[in-house]
Amino acid sequence: MKTSSEPTEFPPPEIGPEMNGADVVVQSLIREGVDVIFAYPGGASQELHQALARTDKIRTILPRHEQGGSFAAEGYARVKGEVGVCMATSGPGATNLVSAIADAYMDSIPLVSITGQVYSKFIGKAAFQETDFYGMTLPVVKHSYLVMDAAELPRIIKEAFHLARSGRPGPVVIDIPKDVQQARLRPVFPSTVEFANPTIAHTPEASDEELKKVLELIASAQRPIIYSGGGIISAEACEELRAFARATNISVATTLMGIGAFPENDPLSLHWFGMHGAAYGNWAVDQADLVLCLGARFDDRITGNVDEFAKQARIVHIDIDSSEHNKNKQVLFPIVSDIKYALGRLNELIAAHAFVPPDTRAWHAQLDSWKRDHPFTYVEGPHITSQEAVKVLYELTKGEAIITTGVGQHQMWAAQFYRYDEPRRYISSLGLGAMGFGYPAALGAKVAAPDKQVIDIDGDGSFAMNIQELATAKIEKINAKALILNNQHLGMVVQWEDRFYNSIRGNTVLGDQEDIGSPDNPDALYPDFVKIADGYGVKGRRVIKREELREAIQEMLDHDGPYVLDVIVPYTEHVIPMIPAGKTVKEMILE
Amino acid sequence: MRHTISILVENQFGVLARVAGMFSGRGFNIDSLNVAPTHDKAFSRITVVLKGNDSALDLAIKQLRKLVNVVAVTDFEQGQAVLRELLLIKVKANAQTRAEIIQICDIFRAKIVNVAAQEVIVEMTGNKNKVSAFLNLIEPFGILELARTGQLALTR
Repeated sequence: MKTSSEPTEFPPPEIGPEMNGADVVVQSLIREGVDVIFAYPGGASQELHQALARTDKIRTILPRHEQGGSFAAEGYARVKGEVGVCMATSGPGATNLVSAIADAYMDSIPLVSITGQVYSKFIGKAAFQETDFYGMTLPVVKHSYLVMDAAELPRIIKEAFHLARSGRPGPVVIDIPKDVQQARLRPVFPSTVEFANPTIAHTPEASDEELKKVLELIASAQRPIIYSGGGIISAEACEELRAFARATNISVATTLMGIGAFPENDPLSLHWFGMHGAAYGNWAVDQADLVLCLGARFDDRITGNVDEFAKQARIVHIDIDSSEHNKNKQVLFPIVSDIKYALGRLNELIAAHAFVPPDTRAWHAQLDSWKRDHPFTYVEGPHITSQEAVKVLYELTKGEAIITTGVGQHQMWAAQFYRYDEPRRYISSLGLGAMGFGYPAALGAKVAAPDKQVIDIDGDGSFAMNIQELATAKIEKINAKALILNNQHLGMVVQWEDRFYNSIRGNTVLGDQEDIGSPDNPDALYPDFVKIADGYGVKGRRVIKREELREAIQEMLDHDGPYVLDVIVPYTEHVIPMIPAGKTVKEMILE
Repeated sequence: MRHTISILVENQFGVLARVAGMFSGRGFNIDSLNVAPTHDKAFSRITVVLKGNDSALDLAIKQLRKLVNVVAVTDFEQGQAVLRELLLIKVKANAQTRAEIIQICDIFRAKIVNVAAQEVIVEMTGNKNKVSAFLNLIEPFGILELARTGQLALTR
């Protein structure tokens, strides 16, 4: 019943010298190619930190909160396409990792979370800093381990990395009691991993029959559209997607997770669609007669009322995870396949059979006119708007920066007014929508890509949630910037209040309700992010005047070190377009 | 609709919690659940009986197949499998009623496995229909306690 995984480039099974369990963990991590880990120590993980102190092969970055460390590990994984690793002690250290684990689960990010656990003799006895972390995380992990025997550490860590990165990636938890870390042993490092579940070592591939059927559907389509998601990026299938779209002459609308898989400046790009996505992208999917859904999952923020979604279209859904088929949306033609294989093979079939794309000139003319007449837009006022700030940042960085975000209005504007021509440039908590993600994720991103400009476009609410990571940036010399779009409110919730709750403010003002700060009332702005940054030894600047915006952003970009740019914007802007939750394209709000 | 699902899993701690969580997290109420090792001690078989919306259950089964410690999942349709359940029933029985209880047990090929002055314990196996018919007949005598394995299933 065992299925062997494919041979890997890792060394053959090897018996190491005697060491303790914590050293076995570190040696196993090194064998998996780990060179950085975000780890906050405590009693139950101290042995692991001692072992990390004995190696120079892994950089250990100390965050200032375990949540920050775990979001940083995710930022690293999302930018580098490799497994991110975070570590915390038992109990409260471990529980602080839960948001990032859930986030990695929702967005299919490879993340290994290692937690210390109390001595195994204390498990189940409500010992100091004990929680059942294995039990607590069951619904949000791809897999998890509670290690009761140090001899199993090499195998478990190898399995964990294989599971995190293979198939549909996801988070894996390894909970290690302190006595297991302290045990003395001669470890046996395996060269391969085996799983009883036959689906794990097996990468599904579409059959030629299925793919030829897809080409037939395309050949007979009049209004085809590609709806592509994060799966394209995690499968490293961007080149295949680009070649496929160009060969078939089909326009591409991505999800937020899929941003950059197809160049947004390409004429075939319809940017991203969904609740706050491009009107033309939403109309295109609504009017299409053939939707090719590639590595995406019909999330409710994409579909709105799912029964009305792409109602005129025949839908092809190619995904590596068969449990995504017909989960949210019944489709005509589900195909279980690694998307890189499916697209690569489609391109081969197209070349081999002199495939002639259908005549879609009328459709493209329609798409082009929608795109021309209804771009992402905003009204310029006397003050800096968030949209304008993002646009200026885009211009000054020539679209080449890595952008991370918190969650809310700014997250949408960072996707609307910055254009991404490459994958792994828009780094955001999308499925879970975890505020506080932006700045720690920017730290991880910068560690993964030290030669790139990394900017957290954040809200004043989200930024405050992990503001302590400024210390990590300063002390670890991680040159990541934060551009705060500061409107003194929880902007997205305010927008919903304005639209659906008669503008009654339900705890959405972040300063003094009686004296709310704004570009017109700068004395009341709260808190003073520049002073806070100063306290952490990080350079900061507040900009209120429109004429200073461009120069201020340039100063941030030119500064050699972390930087906080506090951009004061009015709270009255709404993110548009907007398809209210559960509604349809026909109910899209355009202004 | 009522479903009988057989899940072959690795015999490790935590597997049952993962499998049960796949149902509870989706609002399924499990009617019966049985877990025991197979002939190979490295593997256990979990048999679950539950009622639920077919498409929701289909999704849960697809998710079950993804669990690392799950080897195989079968959702049995009518007639595909042999289905059996074992019951232990403690019934009130005195000198007047004992003979009649024994007679009913004989008809259903149930066994009396313990006898006391005022009660007997009966061991009984059968499919769903046989079990409910037997319980209907035994009930009037007064059931004191009842334990059942839940339904077991093997492909024909």
